[in-house]
Amino acid sequence: MAVTATAAVDYTTDQDGASTSGARTGVLGGFGYLATGTVLGIVFVKSEVLSWYRIQEMFRFQSFHMFGVIAVAVAVASLSQTLLIRLQARSATGERIQVAPKLWTPSGSRYWLGGTVFGLGWALLGACPGPIFTLLGAGQSVYVVPLAAALAGTYLYALVRGRLPH
Amino acid sequence: MSDLVANPWPWSFAGALIGLVVPALLLIGGKPFGVSANLRHLCSLSGSRLPFFSYDWRREGGWNLIFAAGLILGGWIANRFLVTPGSVVNISSATVQDLRAMGITDLSGLAPPALVSWAALTTLPGFLTMVVGGLLVGFGARWAGGCTSGHAIAGLSAWQGPSLIAVIGFFAGGLVMTHLVLPWIF
Repeated sequence: MAVTATAAVDYTTDQDGASTSGARTGVLGGFGYLATGTVLGIVFVKSEVLSWYRIQEMFRFQSFHMFGVIAVAVAVASLSQTLLIRLQARSATGERIQVAPKLWTPSGSRYWLGGTVFGLGWALLGACPGPIFTLLGAGQSVYVVPLAAALAGTYLYALVRGRLPH
Repeated sequence: MSDLVANPWPWSFAGALIGLVVPALLLIGGKPFGVSANLRHLCSLSGSRLPFFSYDWRREGGWNLIFAAGLILGGWIANRFLVTPGSVVNISSATVQDLRAMGITDLSGLAPPALVSWAALTTLPGFLTMVVGGLLVGFGARWAGGCTSGHAIAGLSAWQGPSLIAVIGFFAGGLVMTHLVLPWIF
């Protein structure tokens, strides 16, 4: 069966989120990641994209705000990556910067099925994983509940992933 | 400058800063932007023996957990110093009308208190929003191999076909939830 074969391959080759290139994180690198995350957290608050209301507004197509944020973010990220690769830039750890491709699976079903499940949750909870962390920092302690639920969802996926189409 | 402290940021400015996170992580250590991987790292560090969580989380995910700590710290700083207390999210009047029509009338804070609050946890709408919503987010993100940051921002910006399919899925699911399921729940 194709499904079993995919799952079997997946256990050994799936590096999504678990394997990243690059050297070990030094103190300076650690400070860099912390600072970048801090700036992003501030942006999440100041642009209100962490708000349930903004997510509802987006899925009702009643404001350009979220679409503008995402479109500009994609454009800026795309231009800067093109630039970094053209310039053959190196990271602070000395490695040539490259962008790891997302792996196509034989059917691609993990992307549209998993994506749809994520979308159902995104619209219901009104927050995606990044904003969940920032909401906690912003004093919204009740978001430990969605965080725990998201961890449970991750765990549940790990339990049943061998039986899911990928 | 003081406007940036007092008022919400426009989408152009916020979008540009979010986009710059991608090259920043690449320049610091060649890392890909993707927040939901931290949910996997947190399961791994909690000591789960499942094959999916059996890897060196410190080596693979240490940097990303530090990044997530920054997301929390940023939320604290913004809330403490950069937000006018008692301000409401200025959503469009059309959305306000739609939410009122569903019976969601208290639109204070960052999410409706009837759906997201400790008091709401024991109600059906609150349980569905916080627990089922969170469950779907965690399950779907790992199944799809990424969330809004990994697929919509990092993936789309690097012209990744799989990410485009995932983002179409995000919106398909979000539209079904918003227009078909939410009116039926609330």
